[in-house]
Amino acid sequence: MDNFHFYTKLDQTILLGVQATNVRGLLRAIKKVPDSSIYYHTHRFLHQHHYLSPEPPNDFAYWVSQVLGDDALGEQLWSVDIVEFQSIAGLREKFVAILKRHLASTKRHIDCPDGEEFYFMASRTFVFPTTYVAQNLAEFAEMLGKVSINSLYYHMFDAKLRLEHGGNDFSRWFHGLGKTQLANETRSLDPYSHTLEGLRQRIVTLVKKYDSH
Amino acid sequence: MIRIEDYVPIAGQAVVEELFLLAERLSGRVIQNINSTAVGGGVAEILSRMIPLLGQLGVKAKWDVIKGDEKFFAVTKKFHNGLHGVPIKINNEEYEYFLEVNRQNAADIVFDDIVFVHDPQPIALIEKRGEVGKRWVWRCHIDFSRPDPKIWKFLSQFVTRYDATVFSAPAFAQKIPVPQLLIAPSIDPLSDKNKELPEQTIDSVFERFGIDRSRPVVTQISRFDYLKDPLGVIQAYKRARAHVDMQLVLAGGGATDDPEGPMIMERVKEEAEKDRDIFALFLPPSSDIEINALQRGSTVILQKSLREGFGLTVAEALWKAKPTIAGAVGGIPLQITHKHSGILTHSIEGTAHWIRQLISAPEYAAKLGANGREHIRNNFLITRHIKDYLLLFVSLFHDGDIVYL
Repeated sequence: MDNFHFYTKLDQTILLGVQATNVRGLLRAIKKVPDSSIYYHTHRFLHQHHYLSPEPPNDFAYWVSQVLGDDALGEQLWSVDIVEFQSIAGLREKFVAILKRHLASTKRHIDCPDGEEFYFMASRTFVFPTTYVAQNLAEFAEMLGKVSINSLYYHMFDAKLRLEHGGNDFSRWFHGLGKTQLANETRSLDPYSHTLEGLRQRIVTLVKKYDSH
Repeated sequence: MIRIEDYVPIAGQAVVEELFLLAERLSGRVIQNINSTAVGGGVAEILSRMIPLLGQLGVKAKWDVIKGDEKFFAVTKKFHNGLHGVPIKINNEEYEYFLEVNRQNAADIVFDDIVFVHDPQPIALIEKRGEVGKRWVWRCHIDFSRPDPKIWKFLSQFVTRYDATVFSAPAFAQKIPVPQLLIAPSIDPLSDKNKELPEQTIDSVFERFGIDRSRPVVTQISRFDYLKDPLGVIQAYKRARAHVDMQLVLAGGGATDDPEGPMIMERVKEEAEKDRDIFALFLPPSSDIEINALQRGSTVILQKSLREGFGLTVAEALWKAKPTIAGAVGGIPLQITHKHSGILTHSIEGTAHWIRQLISAPEYAAKLGANGREHIRNNFLITRHIKDYLLLFVSLFHDGDIVYL
């Protein structure tokens, strides 16, 4: 089995020049913005506030509840369980369906206050190797404790949903080592319900547990 | 001299390591910053801090300043005001003079690999692009949310010829056919305004101004101009004061372009004279340590702006883990997520309500402050700003949403 080479990523934020002032505009834009924008708005909060737990909301939910004041719709958008999705396309469809259903059920259309429009952005991601290469589980646990949050994020979040690797990179490597149970347990973690530091510690603990078996 | 390694205990070893890895990708390239002033103002301040740090990372960065006379800067001042929404008229002769000065400068400058042009003054240097090639980026540091349409029409003919543009807040994005990037400004945690201070320093500053540290202190640091709403702050204080004991500190420089500035300053002074718990402090420009101490010694910080370019005083307050209440304008919502890392308000009444809440619930206030500090650590320190600039320069040589370096 190959060594595990830790990569990291850094994101550039692109301004799309697209904005929404109400739910109708939000739906219209969600349908047409690139995948990298849907990814940005469902993960920005998590990445920028990675020390907060429980899971912070996606940008759509936050804007609908905090700016438009529609708590019921905000709750529906908030409760979209990102961990269930294998692709951005599926995630986009889910938001579209919720917003369509909402618009069909109400005649109430509230515009946001001036200056609090929803501005669509997107991520451009730059991936590069770190100097950390693990040859076995013990080294892996030690290095996972040292790499940046961005590296953890890349292998756990980007790999699955954005790069569609079919799961997180750690599980795939554990599986290749024949550590099936460790792979399964890591795959079944809900990364969205931890702080990133908490997630790092959880995986380190799991790896150490199975390394001694 | 501050060294890049000095940021390791603050931002983390891994963050600084990534800066070195990214900087390697710019090996052999020269970045040429061009602006219109070597001293004074936010652009010069950030460049003078950032260029030495880029050098330590192994990136060759230069800084050139265009030459212009009084007439040229009178025109660019008009641009500045017009872009901020002040009604302004610029005649054809003035536009022509602006171009002429840019062309004279373009003839004198030797352009490097990446030409990084700051703000509108040198924007027309891009006319030289056809001749010299290179990669060109325009960095707009000012509030671009409602630019005067005529000035924008004039400037956009140049903006659209750059490879990329950079704005400080999402609301500043324009409908243009070149990539627009978001790069927020940053604070330097090692500067006098933000570094850790001994308790004695904080005590002595409070003593000097006669402010009682044993009672709650609510502070707004900003210029005394209409857009920072110091009179609204006083009203909010009066409402909150009916329910909780507190002192109010309004501190800042007097320099302002606001024509109503002197009147507002006068009204603030009058209010302070009537109430011995209001402290209106008119500070000289070299007051960074005093501002730092006032922020650190306060119970709650306000930034009740009606309009903001970015509002970095919010980042300064949050970095000191202070519970902060601020207007939801400009770049402030990027810094504060309501009820997570601070409080966003829209009115005097709302501000008064939250002042009371935060003074009365110190544990909740402390949690907001702690979250705010982490948010600034991760997103608004100079190390993040350097990362964004390095990515920007690297990105000029790559295509695609996901780039493997």
